[in-house]
Amino acid sequence: MPTDLAIDVRGMTKRFGELTAVDQIDLQVRAGEICGFLGPNGSGKTTFIRMLCGLLRPDAGRGTCLGHDVIAGSEAIKRQVGYMTQRFSFYEDLSLFENLDFVARMYAVPNRRAAVCESLERLGLAERQRQLAGQLSGGWKQRLALAACMIHSPKLLLLDEPTAGVDPKARREFWEQIHQLAGQGLTFLIATHYMDEAERCHRLAYIGYGKLLAHGTVAEVVAQAKLTTWSVRGPNLLQLAEALRRMPGVKHAVAFGNTLHVSGDDAAALDRSIAAFRTEAYHWERIESGLEDVFIHLIERSPDNFAS
Amino acid sequence: MSARVFSVSRFWAIVVKEFAQMRRDRLTFAMMLGVPIMQLVLFGFAINSDPKHLPTAVLLADHGPPGRALLHAIQNSRYFDFVRQVRTEEEAHTMLARGEVQFVVNIPENFTRDLCRGDRPAILVEADATDPAATGNAMAALRALMHTALQHDLKGPLSFLAGTEDAIDLRVHARYNPEGITAYHIVPGLMGVVLTMTMVMITGLAITRERERGTMENLLSMPTRPLEVLVGKIVPYILVGYIQIALILIAARLLFHVPLMGNLLLLLAAALVFIAANLAMGITFSTVASNQLQAMQMAFFFFLPSLMLSGFMFPFRGMPAWAQALGELFPLTHFLRIVRGILLKGNGLGEVALQLWQIALFAALALTIGVKRYRRTLD
Ligand SMILES: Nc1ncnc2c1ncn2[C@@H]1O[C@H](COP(=O)(O)OP(=O)(O)O)[C@@H](O)[C@H]1O
Ligand SMILES: [Mg+2]
Repeated sequence: MPTDLAIDVRGMTKRFGELTAVDQIDLQVRAGEICGFLGPNGSGKTTFIRMLCGLLRPDAGRGTCLGHDVIAGSEAIKRQVGYMTQRFSFYEDLSLFENLDFVARMYAVPNRRAAVCESLERLGLAERQRQLAGQLSGGWKQRLALAACMIHSPKLLLLDEPTAGVDPKARREFWEQIHQLAGQGLTFLIATHYMDEAERCHRLAYIGYGKLLAHGTVAEVVAQAKLTTWSVRGPNLLQLAEALRRMPGVKHAVAFGNTLHVSGDDAAALDRSIAAFRTEAYHWERIESGLEDVFIHLIERSPDNFAS
Repeated sequence: MSARVFSVSRFWAIVVKEFAQMRRDRLTFAMMLGVPIMQLVLFGFAINSDPKHLPTAVLLADHGPPGRALLHAIQNSRYFDFVRQVRTEEEAHTMLARGEVQFVVNIPENFTRDLCRGDRPAILVEADATDPAATGNAMAALRALMHTALQHDLKGPLSFLAGTEDAIDLRVHARYNPEGITAYHIVPGLMGVVLTMTMVMITGLAITRERERGTMENLLSMPTRPLEVLVGKIVPYILVGYIQIALILIAARLLFHVPLMGNLLLLLAAALVFIAANLAMGITFSTVASNQLQAMQMAFFFFLPSLMLSGFMFPFRGMPAWAQALGELFPLTHFLRIVRGILLKGNGLGEVALQLWQIALFAALALTIGVKRYRRTLD
């Protein structure tokens, strides 16, 4: 393999009838990197991931995944990729052990029994191995799914919202594990909605309405947006927000607890607009734009090609 | 207001919702129209419990005019169609065993001479009586005809024979099921019916269940080929099929005393092909249907004509030609001939091979369609 890119695709496009769910997306992910895949619901994350592992045929685009052609080499890709589906898709009427054993057989894992036991141990599922998968709570299902998609020692893991509905402690443990595995050279593409998770990724790809809107490290993504954000504290924030939104240069005003974040991409226009509201009652402060501000900005700026 | 027992608006909400859902599920809607039409056609046109034109072989050892007149009268009854003239008894018996003819009419040597002498020559009619319903009316017609058949020929010096019952000695030999026991016919057939119903349904759910429960996405993301998935889903149910066969065979022996004239191993081997054919059919439905309900409906749509056109419920030869041609397509039709042939007639591989081939062909075809239809992506 002449390249150290685990994923290297260009122009990936998928249409469902009229709808272009994924539109000309280019994505490069280096081996050993954790790439966060972000975007609102319905932006095409699942569709893109499915194209990478051969579950959907792209309408356009080409490239490689672990050095294999994404279209012609999908059988080879499947053997080396672990895919964790957004919706739990293991057999609820099989026990944990039976599920893992099934997957291990499908991938012809050598020393199957040992591999299954080791994977149960590693994820702390050993005591529950006789339990039916359907009886597990969300967090445990997530663990099972992760154990199953890693049993054949894949080089690339495609995880589609792996922590949706998982409690904070389990999420933290999950991410610690991800970082450990990345340290061993595994590559991750992880779809998520959580900002704290996004910040734990080496690199981010943000998509909206099927288009790639931003790509890079957290700092790069924030810098690229060229967004100016002010935080304001004081009474009647709701009315203030209403008034601010009508002003030129104010792209959005979003409540964060007791503060309001006001941002825009034209710093000078923003300054002029908020000047009128800088009264005694309010405490204004220029802050660093957060990822969330940036994402909200990106999605509001991009044309909605679904609605048209 | 909220205490009202029956709210028209809530009731109407349900009605509107059901209509909307019904409209989306086209297949169910088609089935609701298709099933009654199919039943009407099958019951109304295909079923005839008074089978006529039954294929009959003739073993003619006397070529005199009375014999010919008798054959003419038999054919004129419209119950018998002479399809073949055979030379030897063995040939006649093979045709009976294979089910190619329902009757063999045997006009013996010296028939004319004995008749003229008033010696009451015998004519022997051998019937394949595995299905008593198929031969009953024909036999009654034959007996009635003996009185009148030779009326025109028995003139002059032979007129003393006319109008007497004793001119000819009609000997009927009901083979394979001499006592005409219906259970001998039904119970072996039931084996095929039960297998068709359960096997097609069971695998009909196999792929749709994966799709409905969302496990298909996982299965497809693993490196596997369609044939592995389909055959892997078929094999476990072959065992289930054999358990059903064992139950029916034991009941056939112990409760209904159905004879086992042929080779049990041959029967089990033939059953394997038949089970595989039904499982393959089911799995093919499963690749076409978009949910479990649709798969069940398809299985039912397959089962209904199998049952009616195979010769299980009604004599196969009682049906019009188009229905027989349609019936030949179903594995059950051929399996019924095999089971009854082995159990009642003692048939061997030679007699069942042709039927077995047709089932095997069906299985291969169904599986091929299934493999072709199996989608390897979620598109
Ligand atoms: N099989 C499909 N058929 C038709 N439309 C689909 C299909 N799968 C996804 N879509 C549509 O494509 C868009 C992207 O969906 P998806 O990739 O699931 O988004 P995300 O995972 O980012 O929430 C959505 O509008 C969705 O409705
Ligand atoms: Mg998704």
